[in-house]
Amino acid sequence: MNRSTPYLSDAIRFIILAFFALYFMMPIYLLVITSFKPFEDISFATMWALPKGFYLDGITQAWTYVSQNFMNSIIVTLPASLLSSILGSFNGYLFAKWRFPGSRWLFLLVLFGIFLPYQGILIPLVQVLGALNLYGKYAGLIIVHIVFGIPITTLIFRGYYSAVPDELVDAARIDGAGVLGVFWHIMLPLAMPAFGVSMIWQFTSIWNDYLIGLVILSNPDMRTVMVAVKNLTGSFFTNYGAQMAAALIAASPTIIIYLLLSRLFHRGLLAGSVKG
Amino acid sequence: MASVTLEHVTKRFGEVTAVRDVNIEVKDKEFLVLVGPSGCGKSTTLRMIAGLEEISEGAVFIADRLVNDVAPKDRDIAMVFQSYALYPHMSVYDNLAFGLKLRRTPKKEIDRRVQDAAELLGLTDLLQRKPKQLSGGQRQRVALGRAIVREPKVFLMDEPLSNLDAKLRVQMRAELIRLHQRLQTTVIYVTHDQVEAMTMGTRIAVLRDGVLQQIDAPQVLYDHPKNMFVAGFIGSPSMNFVDAKIEGDMADMWVNCGSFRVPVPATHRERLEPLLKKQSRECFFGIRPEDMYEPKYAPPEVETDARMRARVDVTEPLGAEIYLYLLAGEKMMVARVDPRTRADIGDEVEMVLDMSKMHVFDRDTQEAYT
Repeated sequence: MNRSTPYLSDAIRFIILAFFALYFMMPIYLLVITSFKPFEDISFATMWALPKGFYLDGITQAWTYVSQNFMNSIIVTLPASLLSSILGSFNGYLFAKWRFPGSRWLFLLVLFGIFLPYQGILIPLVQVLGALNLYGKYAGLIIVHIVFGIPITTLIFRGYYSAVPDELVDAARIDGAGVLGVFWHIMLPLAMPAFGVSMIWQFTSIWNDYLIGLVILSNPDMRTVMVAVKNLTGSFFTNYGAQMAAALIAASPTIIIYLLLSRLFHRGLLAGSVKG
Repeated sequence: MASVTLEHVTKRFGEVTAVRDVNIEVKDKEFLVLVGPSGCGKSTTLRMIAGLEEISEGAVFIADRLVNDVAPKDRDIAMVFQSYALYPHMSVYDNLAFGLKLRRTPKKEIDRRVQDAAELLGLTDLLQRKPKQLSGGQRQRVALGRAIVREPKVFLMDEPLSNLDAKLRVQMRAELIRLHQRLQTTVIYVTHDQVEAMTMGTRIAVLRDGVLQQIDAPQVLYDHPKNMFVAGFIGSPSMNFVDAKIEGDMADMWVNCGSFRVPVPATHRERLEPLLKKQSRECFFGIRPEDMYEPKYAPPEVETDARMRARVDVTEPLGAEIYLYLLAGEKMMVARVDPRTRADIGDEVEMVLDMSKMHVFDRDTQEAYT
């Protein structure tokens, strides 16, 4: 590497990165400090100042507003991300290891689903759910999230399984495993890192969904937390502290799930299978 | 009992024919080696026997049962892969036991077989380890063990030693031979290494471009190759081939190689009669490096009347022998000579050819005159 002017170029790079990092962190900083301020301390004049103490008023107040919705989100997000990951793992396995006539085209068709804009299919979606008697029900929203998740989870798992040597499948077939046996005994145990990726991805996107949750679950008691947080703004007097705290509450699960599952990324489960 | 028969087996991948009309009969307890350069169809042939690859045409029988449409798991075979293909998330014990578990073998029986195989292969202390904690040689043994515990009718091995370093490979080669003697099972073994083929095979099948060239015992292949490909493939260094012309008649026959001319022994003349009758008597003359001698060190039974002169281009002393790269006119030839031979680069040397070991191949078909 050419390091003729090391200090200057490093410094410039650092300043640019620091600037964008700060710019990006600003709203988060504001979100966190405002959440822990007492109601009377919140004003535009002192909005950047640190809280004088650690006040949980905003958090407790926000929790009373959104706790039910928070639970609703869990009811929807957990089964939807788990099931779409499981379906994706099986799809990905078939597309990676059991190529059948037309599988290439079918795979492209599945991938097409990733690029479907939700807004464009909202009306037919509601009609279909109505016809199936699933409109306004958790099951309806869960199914929609599962179906919309399948393309991306399939892609994640197919990529992962493609890296698994074919000889492992051959060996298992000779050992007596069928299509399902190979999946269950060999592929699924090896796919834990892919499960980590898929679960984080699905959990984040389903948890953060606003549009579909808003449209499908019309009953206010069933609304998801994202819809509820949005409804806090402007519904009554502007309680910035409670609003910020509610946003913080709504954002926390995705951060926690990342911290819990991310170590799965780094585990090299394939080590030692084939020549070393 | 566990013979394997291939009848007119052909495999096509789209437009490409990987294996073309191959007929092989592997006898019970035989160690058959499929050998050939990469892309010759040997692995594909093995995978068709295993059931991992569909058969485009022809029939495969295992123990006299037609298995074309039988799933791999029901063919009573076990396979060892080049990459070992161990299940990375399972311990050595579970790797060995996996096939038996799937077949619902009783737990006690599984344990007995796994322990027996582990003992046979020296894996007893490693049973609780994961594959990534093993060395290459140990992984190789686990892959073998996985096949052994199944007690199959036929072992299929796809270049099982080619990922080992040279020393370990020689060691495992001997171990595999011993194992075959002990287990008395039919083995079909794929390799591109002719030394492995020669040392391990009861018989060797040489493949080229998906076509079976010759199948016979190693020594027969070495002594009587059917064509130039087999002649060149078996033996190391390879047989020397020289453009030549047959001269004379049945009473007095010569091979004229341009820069040298050597007499054909009486025993070999009859087979060359068809060539003699041809308008063009051109052919390829073949002589193995080990059938060329420095006159001083030629064994007494070798006639010394067939001589050639050549210039030493390169010498490769290997201790037990010396490879001499000789230039006879334009033609490069290799001789494998006695280590006492004194020859320096640039020297003009005289060599004796053991014409009782000569080979002659047709100029057009490259088939041997036998």
